[in-house]
Amino acid sequence: METNQKLKYERPVIKQLNTGVTNKFGPQMGFMPHTHIDGIAVKDLINTYGSPLFVLSERTIRQTYQEAFSAFANRYPNVQFAWSYKTNYMNAVCNIFHQEGAWAEVVSRFEYEKALKNGVPGDKIIFNGPDKTTDDHMVAVQNNSPIHIDHLDELYSLMAVSQKLGKRPKVAIRVNMDTGVQPIWDRFGFNYESGQAWDAILKIIQTDRMDLVGLHCHIGTFMLSTNAYAVATAKMADLALNIKRQFGIDIQYLDLGGGFASRNTLKGTYLNGADVAPSFHEYAEQICSTLIRAGFRSEELPLLILETGRALIDDAGFMLGTVLANKRLSDGRRATIMDFGVNLLFTAFWYEHTISPAQECSQYTEDTVLYGPLCMNIDVVRESIRLPLLNKGDQVVVHRVGAYNMTQWMQFISLRPNIVLIDTDGQPHLIRKAETVEYLTQLESTPAHLSAFDL
Amino acid sequence: MKLRKSVAVSENGFVFNASRGDSFSANPTGARILDWLRDGKSEEEMKTLLLDLYDIDETTCEKDLYDFLKVLKQHNLLDV
Repeated sequence: METNQKLKYERPVIKQLNTGVTNKFGPQMGFMPHTHIDGIAVKDLINTYGSPLFVLSERTIRQTYQEAFSAFANRYPNVQFAWSYKTNYMNAVCNIFHQEGAWAEVVSRFEYEKALKNGVPGDKIIFNGPDKTTDDHMVAVQNNSPIHIDHLDELYSLMAVSQKLGKRPKVAIRVNMDTGVQPIWDRFGFNYESGQAWDAILKIIQTDRMDLVGLHCHIGTFMLSTNAYAVATAKMADLALNIKRQFGIDIQYLDLGGGFASRNTLKGTYLNGADVAPSFHEYAEQICSTLIRAGFRSEELPLLILETGRALIDDAGFMLGTVLANKRLSDGRRATIMDFGVNLLFTAFWYEHTISPAQECSQYTEDTVLYGPLCMNIDVVRESIRLPLLNKGDQVVVHRVGAYNMTQWMQFISLRPNIVLIDTDGQPHLIRKAETVEYLTQLESTPAHLSAFDL
Repeated sequence: MKLRKSVAVSENGFVFNASRGDSFSANPTGARILDWLRDGKSEEEMKTLLLDLYDIDETTCEKDLYDFLKVLKQHNLLDV
């Protein structure tokens, strides 16, 4: 019997071939569709929770945490992680890290309250950042939280709070320093080389109103040089040993902060991020070996605190989205408009995110400009990306979006979508509902004389 | 609308424009349309052929064909 089977359609495409400099990595051969996340079909997730959608993998979060922790704990006897709330402060995410044993590291009263409500004991909430009011200090002192002093104004303010409450705050100072990496991050804390840090330490010790329990630094962000951490550790250890020598005070902890790179690719870099990002072991080796050799007696080795955020959560986050339209720009380039933009994917401003089709796709590719849905010129997800031929309605997966996007996202033009966490048994849980117009307007009030109009 | 005489299209979609020295790569659907253009088919005829041959709806067919022809013009592959 004769059948009239039609051919599978693929949109016609023609691509100019340019002879350029040889690429040592060779051309990318085809795309692997990313159809499932932790066993659940992307298609089903979008059908159930809508598009766009943030998805987090609990399994990946736990595995990454355990890998990072063991990298340090196998090299140093006394290690404590503190989850950086600003990186992703969804309560479900924070509680995964707390279940794994991480304290909380917060940089605002809002984050502090979140950590308290999550059940973190006050003495395990590290209060960082330049913005702490007198009231914030009072609450943190009452809760016995370690307060990391950022500037002299804070130091004096905290002294006044201490006097008023008749309590000795537990404090550390944040130290900034030259680690050989430019630009030097000197906007936070007290400088090591100029002697500011030592002066602040003297002030705290001599006024005798606070307990100096730790020293803190955070030398940068997305640090690809692990050697910088060895330099920072040596300088922090030097301060701690000098305090011991001069005042007989044991510094209980050294907080080396965060800044470890994730495997995302930064804009403007030649090599793929996954190929150049140091492993946790490389960071741990620099920090731990420096600390062990620094000159502490073995029974006096301080607690090593780490506040890395990005490297612990980036891999666990996915953004699922849908193609809204394809178009052709005036210079002939293909443009594809997605239903997610820089409003949700804030990190698109500095990463070249890896994006995969979520369904079987053509082996042919097109260089494409990937736009978000906002009616704003800034809404570019990728300036140029080679993608298979995507059609309206096709779905994509954006990789490594776990850090910062769910905290820095903007409620701009459109509503923020659902966030789903897939647990270790492969079950999805809605951990933050999509916003509604009612939710967003509940804080607004319209004066009576503006309540009506006649058009 | 016809493919320029200087344009050669191989079976596997390699396209060479001898008058300018430009070379291109087309996917099978694109290569087929280039053949039809060489044969002098009109846009309407090509649309009918695509709808007969492929599992595709009329809107997508019309939209994609329009876009493809625009790109060919931009690359100077058509006598308009």
